[in-house]
Amino acid sequence: MKIEFTLNNKPETVDTDPMRRLLDVLRDDFGLSGVKEGCGEGECGACSVLVNGEIVFSCITPVGTVEGCTILTIEGYRKTDRYRTLEKALEEAGGVQCGFCTPGFVLAAEALLRRNPHPSEDEIREGLSGNLCRCTGYSGIVEGIRAVAEREGLWAT
Amino acid sequence: MAVIGPAAISRPVPRPDVPEKIGGSVPYIGDIRFPGMLYARTLRSSVPRARIAAIEIPSMPEGYFVVDKHDVPGKNGVHMLTDEQPFFAEDKVNYVGEPILLVAGPDREEIDRILKKIRVEYEEVPPVFCEEDSGNPDVPPLFGKHDLFCEYEIKRGTVEAEFEKAALIFEDEYRTGAQEHVYIEPQGMAGVFDGERVTVYGSMQCPYYVKTALVQGLGWEEDMIRVVQTTTGGAFGGKEEYPSLIAGHVAFAAIKTGRPVLLVFDRAEDVYSTTKRHPSRIRIRTTVDGNGAITAMDIDVALDGGAYVGLSPVVLQRAMFAATGVYRIPCVRVKGRVFATNSVPAGAFRGFGAPQAFFAVEMHMHSLAEKLKKDPLEFKRSYMLGRGDPTVTDGKIKETVPLPRMLDRLCALSGYDSKSRTFKKEGSSRGIGVSLFFHGCAFTGSGEKDKIKAKVLLKKQGDGSVSILVSSVEMGQGAQTTLRKIVAQTLGFDIGRVRYENPDTDRVPDSGPTVASRTVMIVGGLLARAAGRLKERMDETGEVEIEERYVQPPHIEWDQETFRGDAYPVYSWGANAVEVEVDPVTFEVSVTGVWGVYDVGTPIDERIVGGQIEGGISQGLGYATVEVLQQQKGRLLQKNLTDYIIPSSKEFPDPVYELYSSPYEYGPFGAKCAGELPFVGVAPALAAAVQNATGRPVRRLPVSPEYLFEAANDED
Repeated sequence: MKIEFTLNNKPETVDTDPMRRLLDVLRDDFGLSGVKEGCGEGECGACSVLVNGEIVFSCITPVGTVEGCTILTIEGYRKTDRYRTLEKALEEAGGVQCGFCTPGFVLAAEALLRRNPHPSEDEIREGLSGNLCRCTGYSGIVEGIRAVAEREGLWAT
Repeated sequence: MAVIGPAAISRPVPRPDVPEKIGGSVPYIGDIRFPGMLYARTLRSSVPRARIAAIEIPSMPEGYFVVDKHDVPGKNGVHMLTDEQPFFAEDKVNYVGEPILLVAGPDREEIDRILKKIRVEYEEVPPVFCEEDSGNPDVPPLFGKHDLFCEYEIKRGTVEAEFEKAALIFEDEYRTGAQEHVYIEPQGMAGVFDGERVTVYGSMQCPYYVKTALVQGLGWEEDMIRVVQTTTGGAFGGKEEYPSLIAGHVAFAAIKTGRPVLLVFDRAEDVYSTTKRHPSRIRIRTTVDGNGAITAMDIDVALDGGAYVGLSPVVLQRAMFAATGVYRIPCVRVKGRVFATNSVPAGAFRGFGAPQAFFAVEMHMHSLAEKLKKDPLEFKRSYMLGRGDPTVTDGKIKETVPLPRMLDRLCALSGYDSKSRTFKKEGSSRGIGVSLFFHGCAFTGSGEKDKIKAKVLLKKQGDGSVSILVSSVEMGQGAQTTLRKIVAQTLGFDIGRVRYENPDTDRVPDSGPTVASRTVMIVGGLLARAAGRLKERMDETGEVEIEERYVQPPHIEWDQETFRGDAYPVYSWGANAVEVEVDPVTFEVSVTGVWGVYDVGTPIDERIVGGQIEGGISQGLGYATVEVLQQQKGRLLQKNLTDYIIPSSKEFPDPVYELYSSPYEYGPFGAKCAGELPFVGVAPALAAAVQNATGRPVRRLPVSPEYLFEAANDED
């Protein structure tokens, strides 16, 4: 079946089984290896991508459901100013250790800040709660996003 | 000893590995594609104990292969302390999840279809599940006569005499559960055979453990085997000994198929088939004289080792050497055993036996204080180890122990004194608890000197840059940054001039495994010495290579046969406080505050040490509360991350902590160890807080609502 979507700002068409996981299509067909498989059941968030600006677990999303959607993976997002702002903040706050979960957290942060440019700590923790990190205890990640939310105007409307 | 200001080396620097991790461009093993590569998946035992009567394999489509025991060219045993765990089951299986064979081929879905068609005929054998099965005549022993992988005893003084004259004998038993590592990157390896040599790439802590296992499994010369660590997405001990097993799998598969083979676990497979933290049962009996003073402790440590020995003897040793905690106990006996059971093997996990021991002794001291109607903290304070005091193995504490001041700081930070009084007065559902603990830095006993014999190389390149050549891996903990900082600062360079790449055994010497919180202190110490020597030769043109080998500091005395002497060269120290609220109806435990004070010597980068503390606390709170991992008849009841819960960003508050730095003469810039310490004391502090809140003794980990409910009903 032919499925069309916009991927990282480019129109794409794939001819594939609509029940294939979006994760596999992104990794195997498009070589987007920044999208990670951590659990395969929508619990860890390492496979997070943005679909129409909302955070989605690509490991439990059949590719047939993204027909006509706009998909952003870390490979597309990392070209933006917002990415560079988040990158710097996470680095300074010690929000990255092994890095396997990190692209997913970055996209979760983008989805959160888009909805709410100035979240409280509780709102940040709620917004990140679909993503698991085993190294940092979340302190550095939450701190990095709080720093961005306090001082940056990139998400403010 | 005073609190020192941050040394220049402690100031945080940007981590060189971080930008490409944030952007998702760094490849982990699952992201690597070799030309013509095949995928592999494992057929595993579905029963805890059986003889394999027959295996029926369907006709295989073109390009698909079965790889099993017949394809192991050398010895079918994974080399660790012993060789008894097979790469692939021979004629029997000993745990649910034990690998029997691989199916390799180009399409993963086809591999799954083939795996479903393979029939294994089992003749089941009564399994061994617990200490009580040992010696049961109806259950054939799994290991030796009594299902014991190992049994040790250490003593100082004559415990029996103290029991005869004791005014009070206080006895309790403590149990802790299994724990899953949940590194977010699952296990994975790739094997490549070029017709002559084999190269194994993968997620691992110990490239040379993997290489040694391959030498034995292949029966080849060392120079025919190369191991390359790929960027590793967390490990926590789970990638210490386990990767050696699957490195064999991909090597055998690559040789058989003539194609590169990639084996990456899915999460459910990783949860049910890889190593776990050892479940424990620790009994402590303490004698007290007429003045309320402790005269002796008699401690019995039992660990469940699962189906194969693995690293269990060393885990047990670390547990035993921590059995009396940070306390000066005049007379001690510690017995320890590891039981063989038909369950998934237990293995290395951050803390390595010490968390179980500290939980037991901290809860015991807390409860004994309550029994003697003394304040738990004052009681513990009066027994704290100091310089010159004997350790449990009759070594000497050689350093000034900063715990008294650290405890003062902890109480100030957490408001312990007023809170513990208020909570008690209120009779409320809130509680606060404190734990005191240490971590013995680097390998236990004479391991560094006799087993590991670390070697490092430092190489000045023609362009004036300096390469660090060591087998220590970056697995998220920051090793490549701390090691670069140590070398750069010694040479007076910017960190950018010091290079570090993921270890490749063709390029780096064996500086030992990335375990036991040894990387900064031991490997970093050798690099600091090498850099000191290189500094004098930096103006030479061309390449200069400096080698350093481990030399045991002269103050250490240890007898590995009798376990007498200094079990560790030095200790890092810690104190935790945890505040909780326990729901009186549902028994759910909410953590409302976490505090810590740590002495890791001079921190090599405060932000990296902070990351170890924050992550260790979170993993420790998980261990203490939500991480329930139960076995029933050899099967884990929790199968994936839906039912095995680890902390999310919402569960726990940010910890508040301080570093108290006692520099160590033999550590680089005075550094000791930091990776495991922050995990060790969390569970006992939480349990003490719950005990404070409910007024009932806590003797189990995790402190689940079910356990608290049962405990409340048992004692009513």
